Amino acid sequence: MKVYLDNNATTMVDEQVKSAMDPFFTEMYGNPNSLHAYAGETHPHIKTAMEKIYAGIQANRKDSVVITSCATESNNWVLKSIYFEYILTGRKNHIIISEVEHPSIMATARFIESMGCKVTYLPINSEGLIEAQSVRDSITSKTALVSVMWANNETGAIFPVQEIGEICAEHKVLFHTDAVQAVGKIPISVQEFNVDYLTFSAHKFHGPKGVGALYMKQGKELMPLLHGGSQMGGHRSGTLNVPGIVGMGKAMENAVDALDFEMPDIREMRDNFEDELLKIEDTFVVTPRNKRTSNTILISFRGIEGESMLWDLNREGIAASTGSACASEDLEANSVMEAIGADEDLAHTAIRFSLSRYTTQEEIDHTLAVVKKAVARLREISSSYSYAPEGHNSELTIGH
Amino acid sequence: MGLDSLVGGTIWDEYSNKVADLMNNPKNMGEITTEEAEEKGGKLIVADFGAESCGDAVRLYWLVNPNTDVIMDSKFKSFGCGTAIASSDTMAELCKFKTVQEAVKITNIDVEKAMRDTPDVPSVPPQKMHCSVMAYDVIKKAAAQYMNVDMESFEEEIIVCECARVSLSTLQEVIRLNDLTTVEQIADYTKAGAFCKSCIRPGGHEAKDIYLVDLLEEYEKEKMAKTADSLAQGGPVDFEQMTVVQKLKVVDKVIDDNIRQMLIMDGGDMEILDIKENGENIDIYIRYLGACNGCASADTGTLFAIENILKEKLSPNIRVLPI
Repeated sequence: MKVYLDNNATTMVDEQVKSAMDPFFTEMYGNPNSLHAYAGETHPHIKTAMEKIYAGIQANRKDSVVITSCATESNNWVLKSIYFEYILTGRKNHIIISEVEHPSIMATARFIESMGCKVTYLPINSEGLIEAQSVRDSITSKTALVSVMWANNETGAIFPVQEIGEICAEHKVLFHTDAVQAVGKIPISVQEFNVDYLTFSAHKFHGPKGVGALYMKQGKELMPLLHGGSQMGGHRSGTLNVPGIVGMGKAMENAVDALDFEMPDIREMRDNFEDELLKIEDTFVVTPRNKRTSNTILISFRGIEGESMLWDLNREGIAASTGSACASEDLEANSVMEAIGADEDLAHTAIRFSLSRYTTQEEIDHTLAVVKKAVARLREISSSYSYAPEGHNSELTIGH
Repeated sequence: MGLDSLVGGTIWDEYSNKVADLMNNPKNMGEITTEEAEEKGGKLIVADFGAESCGDAVRLYWLVNPNTDVIMDSKFKSFGCGTAIASSDTMAELCKFKTVQEAVKITNIDVEKAMRDTPDVPSVPPQKMHCSVMAYDVIKKAAAQYMNVDMESFEEEIIVCECARVSLSTLQEVIRLNDLTTVEQIADYTKAGAFCKSCIRPGGHEAKDIYLVDLLEEYEKEKMAKTADSLAQGGPVDFEQMTVVQKLKVVDKVIDDNIRQMLIMDGGDMEILDIKENGENIDIYIRYLGACNGCASADTGTLFAIENILKEKLSPNIRVLPI
């Protein structure tokens, strides 16, 4: 049995989305910017899709939701344009981000930091949450931008975007939120939340890969990152990805519809799964359930290194994820676990399960059985649970 | 770089079948208790290395015959990834029936080689070589305990890169002989720094006493010192072969020693903007500061003086261009 529980990494494309995209590969393949019928026939479809995308985040028609190639492009766009417009010109000298942002914010912030911008990295608390007050404390008269993610990819923790938005508005500081993990999982309203810029990506809510978006509030439009043929109202040049836009529109429509109907089911399934996982001895979850996205569990199994757990899960067809250092190219541990200041013995033991509306109870039951077997086997191997003769002066840091 | 690096792959694709098999069914996983040791008339040694907070930890059990020093049984327990488990298992296997003195000679490289499917293909991806180092360290720890000596006494030299086991003296020699200036070159010549990368510079997976960047800096300083000595004694300097940074430093030094004082006395100064190779010539771009700026001799007498001293001290191909 194959089970996919890595939906925070990417999702399966919804069949309806796939069908909606299909005609734009071999039938209506015209370049929308050309002057002929092949171009013209795409326009109503693009418009409908864009309207669905606007509705999905409750954007105003006067705002701009610009389609990009991915969330990484959107995030780079915000930080680099802010750098060009505010930092390089000397009008401002500072931005604020959280210490658990996605690499597309983190690495870009480090880059503009190397070019002379000051960057404040907001800490997260022991529940894996940002405290809005820390934003207030960090803002100076020279702060150009605050960029804090809506929901964290590892823990699912939902950050206080509304409060941060209000603080930014009060101090007249621009506010960007990377909502990649929030769109399609929780109701989003850019109107209500004082958001100036918002990033999201279709492949996180059963849309196609290679389609991201950046919302920009009316009057707060950024200079373009990609110059060229002035597509997307001049905000982002490049031939329109017609199938991608249509796919994102359909995916957004379905995801928003599912918020009321399927999301409660996902939450219930997740909660039951988590209850069962926590019955296994020495397991830990950091962020409280009501403070994270409905589909995510980040759980530590003491004494079991993350990659070895993934190995055992993968042998049985189960796809999950770990931020453990050993599973990465650069041996860097899960930044979230370190940032939380969790028991350091647990830094390399966290496994993330992320569900979707396609996850079945049968899959969860199978996963649970495999996890139990893996925990038993790997703890049998683990030095954390091993025998030591009396008086042995252990140098392994074992927390029990 | 190129195609292979663009697509990347999963680290698991690079595990040998042996590593995968040992991860699935480690042979020497287990423990030896005091009672068992007594029963079999051996001495029990239990050694730990690593820490869960670092991502890997291992406990090694040896049953040693106190009369012959032969390791009669060897078992392990490990907190770590697949490579850590497989290399701990292999290490425990390699220890069996060797004397403690022989076992100490087993290195992480032996462990990695023992896990290969074919002799020429590494059994683990480069960054995972680090996991096998722990297997080596824990042997030393166990042997030190048995022989009642300090663990460090087994190392005859200082090892800078533990993954590839490259010593300080080897690195210093290779850097000097081949005039190496980058960490990539060091990796090409010695393999040091090509695996877990901790030894390249501070901030990696593991803190080190000596980093490759320190050694490069040390060599750079040594070269600069030599040049300075040579300058002081009026000897020849191989200016053309220097890097731009070295050239800048040397030019600055010559100006400091011979010219700057005169300029400052007249209320002026100068700075070096850039050095460019232009065919045969080496063009040094300068900017006059203070009173030198606009001084009548700035483009004539003073300029010739600067150019002549640099030509004499460094290279006849130098041209000085004020901007």
